[in-house]
Amino acid sequence: MKYMLMMHAPRTGWEKGGIGTWPLEDIKAHIRFMKDFAGELAANGELVGAEGLASPEYAKVVRANKDGAPEVTDGPFPEAKEFLAGYWIVDCESTERAYEIAARASAAPGQSGVPINMAIEVREVMSAPPVEV
Amino acid sequence: MTTPSLNPQDENLLRELAPQVLGSMMRRYSDFAAAEDAVQEALIAAAAQWPVEGVPNNPRGWLIHVAIRRMTDHLRAELARRRREAIVVMQDEQIAPAADSAMEADQDDTLILLFMCCHSALTRASAIALTLRAVGGLTTTEIASAFLVPEATMAQRISRAKQRIKSSGVPFSMPSEAERAERLSAVLHVLYLIFNEGYTSSEGPDLQRTDLSDEAIRLTRAVHHLLPDDTEVAGLLALMLLTDARRAARTGAEGELIPLAEQDRSKWNRRAIEEGVALLTEILPRGAVGPYQVQAAIAAVHDEAARVEDTDWPQILGLYGLLERMSANPMVTLNLAIARAMVHGPASGLELLATLEERLAGHHRLHAVRAHFLEMSGDLAGAIAEYRIAAGRTTSIPEQHYLLTRAARLTPYVLN
Repeated sequence: MKYMLMMHAPRTGWEKGGIGTWPLEDIKAHIRFMKDFAGELAANGELVGAEGLASPEYAKVVRANKDGAPEVTDGPFPEAKEFLAGYWIVDCESTERAYEIAARASAAPGQSGVPINMAIEVREVMSAPPVEV
Repeated sequence: MTTPSLNPQDENLLRELAPQVLGSMMRRYSDFAAAEDAVQEALIAAAAQWPVEGVPNNPRGWLIHVAIRRMTDHLRAELARRRREAIVVMQDEQIAPAADSAMEADQDDTLILLFMCCHSALTRASAIALTLRAVGGLTTTEIASAFLVPEATMAQRISRAKQRIKSSGVPFSMPSEAERAERLSAVLHVLYLIFNEGYTSSEGPDLQRTDLSDEAIRLTRAVHHLLPDDTEVAGLLALMLLTDARRAARTGAEGELIPLAEQDRSKWNRRAIEEGVALLTEILPRGAVGPYQVQAAIAAVHDEAARVEDTDWPQILGLYGLLERMSANPMVTLNLAIARAMVHGPASGLELLATLEERLAGHHRLHAVRAHFLEMSGDLAGAIAEYRIAAGRTTSIPEQHYLLTRAARLTPYVLN
């Protein structure tokens, strides 16, 4: 079964309290954790894909106008307190295993190595085979 | 420029020989992971050389020869590495193995390999991947594309599985008589999962997908050939043939699901149906009927109805009752409810569904079946509501489309 694990990060911005304000060593430890974690999922034969997304400051919302041309506006939902920072898609044996992986990601080290405990949204990918109808 | 490729006949030959060559390697060397890699390389070499140079006179000997050469290279490199690490463990006898003294039991080897690859120490996904590669002779690329995961991920899954087998110390030998039934049922389950994966995901435009159903049928046929007296093996083969026979009719031009009742039966594969029915006719009178045989018998009853209204539902009802007594699980009861509704009317089906409420709480199938019963009984508003709940809960896209379409079809008849 495939699951998408979405990492929601607080929308505090890079300047005010985000990862950008951490000491260098903490940032390095965080990055190392993320790399090792992806490596471990790959070595398990569970990783389908993983990406980190650019800062929400760069996010645009696109809607088609009457002629079907793109109409681009800033930011998605400025009132939202969290934004999608990145995701993993894993192919694993059970829902429990997906939760386990999500918990590992959630416990990524933050400042002074203290786990961030960020929210990871777990969604099953629609990939189940249909039953005979 | 196109590279010449193997014709289907030679490809089949290669796949058939793969487990035999691996078995022969396992008798010479105990290292499963390395032997499997060597065989895989020999298969790749054959696929490249045979179309150009022709199939050798003794293809099996050719493959074994190449695999041994690869294995020797591997062992030499391994030995050099160990020497460098100053852990000199002399294993030279492995480099020049003694020629096979015992008669090689090629056929048993295929079976032993299957027992190994479907071992309970492995997760389901690993057992499937390893079986397809070691016994089916598929490449990692083919397996990865069949399961829609990156090749590196599948390579790791296979290599993990091999390590697992190595560390669990499963010997390369036939399991004891006492163990055999249990191990065989694990093998059949893995083959059944491979078949289902291929069958249920084969939709119109997805032609590049490696055909897992055909592969499962081929492997099950091989097991049946090795164990002709085992009625459950024959039953599984019959079940696959009788189900696969409907494949061309079960999806429409856009890949949409077509329910059994609405399929164009002229598209069913008569030859597969005849073969499946013949198998059943041969084994059913032998007694000791198992779950695969019963499921095959149900598939046969459907397949033998020339028109949907000719379906012998009372017989299907009886068979599901038998299946429920053999292996009680809520999904069997759900199918029993469908048969009951077809024989005794939707009210009777709904009554049985009510008993499943707890065990299948929130499962989309429960809602989908209830929707069908409500539709049959004329409660269209109720049916629409249940179809929509089911559509929201399934994790299969084609099924979701089917359920939404089903609901939408009824809405014009319901006054808001």
